[in-house]
Amino acid sequence: MPLLDIRDLSVTFATSTGAFKAVDGVDISVDAGEVLSIVGESGSGKSVAMLAVMGLLPPTATVTAAHMEFDGVDLKTASKRRRREIIGRDISMIFQEPMSSLNPCFTVGFQIGEALKTHLGLGRSERKKRAIELLSLVGIPEPEKRLSAFPHQLSGGMSQRVMIAMAISCRPKLLIADEPTTALDVTIQAQILDLLVDLQKETEMGLVLITHDMGVVAETAQRVVVQYAGKQVERQDVTGLFDAPHHPYTAALLDALPDRATGDRLPAIPGVVPGQGDRPTGCLFNPRCAFADERCRTVEPPRQPPELGEALCHYPLHTGEAAA
Amino acid sequence: MLRFLLHRFGILIPTFIGVSIVTFAFIRVLPGDPILLLAGERGVTPERYAQLQELLGFDRPLVVQYWDYLWAILHGDFGTSLVSKQPVLDEFLARFPATLELSLCAMFLAVIIGIPAGVIAAVKRGSIYDQSIMTTALVGYSMPIFWWGLLLIILFSVTLGWTPVSGRISLMYYFPQVTGFMLIDSLLSGEKGAFASAVSHLILPSIVLGTIPLAVIARQTRSAMLEVLGEDYVRTARAKGLSSGRIVGLHALRNALIPVVTVIGLQVGVMMAGAILTETIFSWPGVGKWMLDSVFKRDYPVVQGGLLLIAAVVMVVNLMVDLLYGFINPRIRQG
Repeated sequence: MPLLDIRDLSVTFATSTGAFKAVDGVDISVDAGEVLSIVGESGSGKSVAMLAVMGLLPPTATVTAAHMEFDGVDLKTASKRRRREIIGRDISMIFQEPMSSLNPCFTVGFQIGEALKTHLGLGRSERKKRAIELLSLVGIPEPEKRLSAFPHQLSGGMSQRVMIAMAISCRPKLLIADEPTTALDVTIQAQILDLLVDLQKETEMGLVLITHDMGVVAETAQRVVVQYAGKQVERQDVTGLFDAPHHPYTAALLDALPDRATGDRLPAIPGVVPGQGDRPTGCLFNPRCAFADERCRTVEPPRQPPELGEALCHYPLHTGEAAA
Repeated sequence: MLRFLLHRFGILIPTFIGVSIVTFAFIRVLPGDPILLLAGERGVTPERYAQLQELLGFDRPLVVQYWDYLWAILHGDFGTSLVSKQPVLDEFLARFPATLELSLCAMFLAVIIGIPAGVIAAVKRGSIYDQSIMTTALVGYSMPIFWWGLLLIILFSVTLGWTPVSGRISLMYYFPQVTGFMLIDSLLSGEKGAFASAVSHLILPSIVLGTIPLAVIARQTRSAMLEVLGEDYVRTARAKGLSSGRIVGLHALRNALIPVVTVIGLQVGVMMAGAILTETIFSWPGVGKWMLDSVFKRDYPVVQGGLLLIAAVVMVVNLMVDLLYGFINPRIRQG
């Protein structure tokens, strides 16, 4: 049984111009100790889906799901209090902007200690001990000194390390990392990714890595979900995905990787993810797809079988190289 | 932190000199001759007029008068009242506790009601709570102080007979002044009912004086909270599984307080102006009423010295607010 099991998750935002479905019929399952990556451009609904799991969406959002279970607890029927007990202890999350994700008014030690006090009921000296332990675990030098530091005294990379220390403080079973390296320098990005992967291996927690960077996916993930305009367009394990992408969008994303590019110019996907007002009929990707024909523009695509990456496409690619 | 402190103190000196120039100049621009006023209806002969001018120093150039004035102030001499012949500083100190007591109570009311009201309005944004709190705040802010005071007197003192109309305590009670604060002195006196009497006298003026700061604080708290509640660190706090009370009351409010504290400091100045009206309405024997009386009597030294002392109080309060600001906001403290 998977650790996190979500079926047919949809999130609708009430906006001034009407309802907007940011996430549409998404299935996510993560096993204990597994690294799942969710990939997609900005606006594809990958963060929103995970925020829905965490219960962190604003009141304007309506979350519906056929099934939503974490570690045997039905999140759909669990009380608010019960969900709060799980959030921050068994599932935790780190975010894209580490600098603004830490409260500027409180010290690092205080902010790490909070979850320890709330969920584990640790006393002051135990909290301090554990906080020092956590800070050295995430590779912060002189952890004792850093406890009394305020967030504005930390660099972006340091802040993200503190966020990670906070997130793993109660030894969660699942960590959701929402573009954890996007706001950081390239050199720091690699360090933070390595740290996350190392911690994941050591603690055997499940890791959901939300990213738009295919390079990050290749280095870290075991399974990949590709999301486009709120829908999952492909689900595969990482080797299969890189060897034989079945959805044209996945293929286009991979072609845009500098390592794989062959010509003088980096291939790009023309256009942007459709928003609320400009949703096409038929396949949502058809206006940007190189292979689209009349059928793609009028008929919603079917879900292909698992050997074709469960691609949401009329004409999946690499049908001959279907994964076994 | 030390640099921050020194910097704040350093700013006080030029501000104080600036205020002294303004009060000195302004009072001399006002129409009305204090010597003629002193002489009263009998009038004064030209010889006596010149004599008085020389005695009071009004015949000398303004710059010299100002310099003498400043020099005296530096020696703790704020001049002598033309009317009562008492030192201005003594008169001020005798009345200041009354004003301070009133202002503290008014600000206390404004803060303990204004901040929670603003928080509720922000958390329940767009709800009936939000709308009624904000409408009430706008009405309170727009209400002229004297009119509001009179309305309250008519309702509570005249119609309902719950509170006295004027003064600080009932004339029934007499006890020596220890701290100058009627609430404390009445308790110390041990006289039965004295404290209740002092409270009943204080309550209406405090409400009247506290209304505008209350409205401003509530509105500022609401807008600051709305901004802070959308911040990433509030989402982080929620992702930790903290209770909503802790998220709003600690993580969000602590950040929202930074602009609110600034506004509270600025409202102290506004309150000093409000005290003049409030003290007059309620015959409160404080600095505000004293200033107004002195203006009518053209008591130059009192108005001049009094304004300067009030300005000094406002400056000290704002210094304290700045220090508090540094305490609340770690970025300032170590910046």
